[in-house]
Amino acid sequence: MKKLNISVSPHIRSAVSTSGIMLDVIIAMLPALVASIWLFGFRALYITAVCVLSCILGELIFELITKRDLTITDLSAVVTGMLLAFNLPVDIPEWQAIVGSLIAIVVVKQLFGGIGYNFVNPALAARVAMLLSFQSTLSSYVPPRSAEAVDLNSFATPLVHLSKGEMSELPTLSQMLVGERAGSLGETCAIALIIGFVYLLVRRVITWHIPVIYVGTVFGLYLIIGGDLNAAVYQVLSGGLLLGAIFMATDYVTSPPTAWGKVIFALGCGLITFAIRYWGTYPEGVSFSILFMNILTPYISKLTAHKPFGAVKEAA
Amino acid sequence: MSHLHGIHVPHRKNTAESAPVRMPSPKTAFYPVTQHIGAPAKPVVKAGDEVFVGTMIAEAGGFVSSPIYSGVSGKVKKIDSTLQAGGAFVPTVVIESDGLGTPDPSIAPPEVSDFDSFIEAVRNSGVVGLGGAGFPTAVKLGVKDLSKIEYVVINGAECEPYLTGDTRTMIDRADDMAEGIELIRKYLGVKRFIIGIEKNKPQCIAKMRELCSEHEGVSVMPLPSVYPQGGEKVLIYHTTGRVVKEGKLPMDAGVIVINVTTLAAIASYIRTGMPLVEKCITVDGSAVKEPKNVIAPIGTPVCDVFEFAGGFSQEPAKVLYGGPMMGISVADMNAPVLKQTNGLIALNEKDARPPKITNCIRCGRCTNTCPFGLAPVAIAAALNEDNMEELYRQRANLCMECGCCSFVCPAKRPLVQQNKLAKAKLMPWLKEQAAKKEEKK
Repeated sequence: MKKLNISVSPHIRSAVSTSGIMLDVIIAMLPALVASIWLFGFRALYITAVCVLSCILGELIFELITKRDLTITDLSAVVTGMLLAFNLPVDIPEWQAIVGSLIAIVVVKQLFGGIGYNFVNPALAARVAMLLSFQSTLSSYVPPRSAEAVDLNSFATPLVHLSKGEMSELPTLSQMLVGERAGSLGETCAIALIIGFVYLLVRRVITWHIPVIYVGTVFGLYLIIGGDLNAAVYQVLSGGLLLGAIFMATDYVTSPPTAWGKVIFALGCGLITFAIRYWGTYPEGVSFSILFMNILTPYISKLTAHKPFGAVKEAA
Repeated sequence: MSHLHGIHVPHRKNTAESAPVRMPSPKTAFYPVTQHIGAPAKPVVKAGDEVFVGTMIAEAGGFVSSPIYSGVSGKVKKIDSTLQAGGAFVPTVVIESDGLGTPDPSIAPPEVSDFDSFIEAVRNSGVVGLGGAGFPTAVKLGVKDLSKIEYVVINGAECEPYLTGDTRTMIDRADDMAEGIELIRKYLGVKRFIIGIEKNKPQCIAKMRELCSEHEGVSVMPLPSVYPQGGEKVLIYHTTGRVVKEGKLPMDAGVIVINVTTLAAIASYIRTGMPLVEKCITVDGSAVKEPKNVIAPIGTPVCDVFEFAGGFSQEPAKVLYGGPMMGISVADMNAPVLKQTNGLIALNEKDARPPKITNCIRCGRCTNTCPFGLAPVAIAAALNEDNMEELYRQRANLCMECGCCSFVCPAKRPLVQQNKLAKAKLMPWLKEQAAKKEEKK
């Protein structure tokens, strides 16, 4: 008789898989990708493709050289590539996009052990590395092609206007919502990002805690300390806040697993983002705040771990 | 009161409408001496002895133990040593059946007049926890301080996929259950009975509500179909709001939990004197041709049960004692039906294929679905480092091995397996620590 398989229980598994989760994140980013093509032209798609391909090839080659299991089919490299591209200006030279992608995949992800072992978000860490290395590219932005103004001022992002108090220079709120403003290629269209957020919630890939509390904290602090509702609304729609809160801060590996952990993590992100934007010299603080909270994540996770049901202190 | 976490598993209760069919005696029956939690039973027969249905073939091997009775009539062939699903070789009484199923002529209803004689009868019935755990029922009911017990929670949750044996008990054996309730009321003096049933069994809820209307102090509590609703501590919390503290037993929280089929089996023994010799078994799974419920003599090889049920539609690649969440995979088709066996699930090649394990992505699904709020990833890390203090800090000892963490893990990591290993290492260490503490005193 044929031998029977023996294994430990459970003998059935849920349909959720790592690659399925990554595919959902990719699907959730598609509205923003479409919006970026509409706003910035086909170069947006081209830059995204360059980043995604660099990430996939970077991971593949690294794993071949180090003789590790090939993990490109889990789609996490695709997610990293798309996220990085979304954080870059559309006119970035290809070689810089490639260098950034390799920093994300090889240095931040693979050198620390591959998927699940990176201590900070690869795309974000790479973006910050690029911000320091290619300062001129990453601090100047082209306006979306639908924008009429061509004078130098229009190259500034809304955050720059906000920090200078140039409220009259700001795009209208409806422009902000559809993304007709200067910025990274995937961060500008608020509506597309929120559609992605709803998709991720419906698919139960993420919970509401981090995005809502992160954005809410920034909004609330501007309202209370800044005392200006209009500015608070613009702050929420500006920079990479929505992109960061929905797609970067919710990265599983680098955020706490429990609900209370997520709350503290998101409060920290909001607080630091506000502090940098309001008091700091940088107009934008989303990347730094998420990276900082990434580093604190192991401690937050430890502090907010569930209390085991029925556990007694020192029962032994 | 908040609900404990859990998961939605596929129900697959294909056999809920299938009234159990009794199968004939097998040619050969096998009785390993470990069919319960506790000390192995001791064989009391030898090769050549004549036995009947209900003849004791092994006596209880200690206080926490249970006697074993033959489910067939015939001759003892030998006392063999067979490999059991747990991975150990176990002394096994092998009986050549005459196919007649003649009951033992000495069988008579036990005389029960008070608590002690009731517990003695339960001990002699050979009944153990039939929900799957196999804890000797006489030990469970033989509470020293009866005044502490306020509730008897009757477990009809049957949260495992496929299994419908308890469902059938509630539908077909409500009278036995009612008798069981009255026996416990009479001899243990408990006044309040709660029957916990998952909401996916409306026919059982209706049937049990009928029973309640005729018996005082009995109520039905419909529960959400969230696995593991039938876990003892989970059920106690959801029906009474009480928490069984670490290191304590349900009776310390004033509760006794008894499975519906166990309850019916006790009543049936007290009425007839026929001990536990047969089980209602759900035969199902992707490799099974016609899922159905079968009443099989204990000791029947599983291949005979499958054959009686209509055979396979595909080659079985994995066969389980019990449901797919906590069931144990058997090594070969000659493994016998045991007292605790409530299902025989045969899976086809595709369903039996082990999933590919990948890196943990720290999604938190395991800790967010664990009913007891444990952190399987932290337990696995501590186990990897052999760090006993940390394993205890993580309360690996509280894990009930329900399998929620492994089920939801997108990286398909063997989390329950690691928890089991962690428990096996932690338990002796905890005992050692306790002994050291005693010494200091």
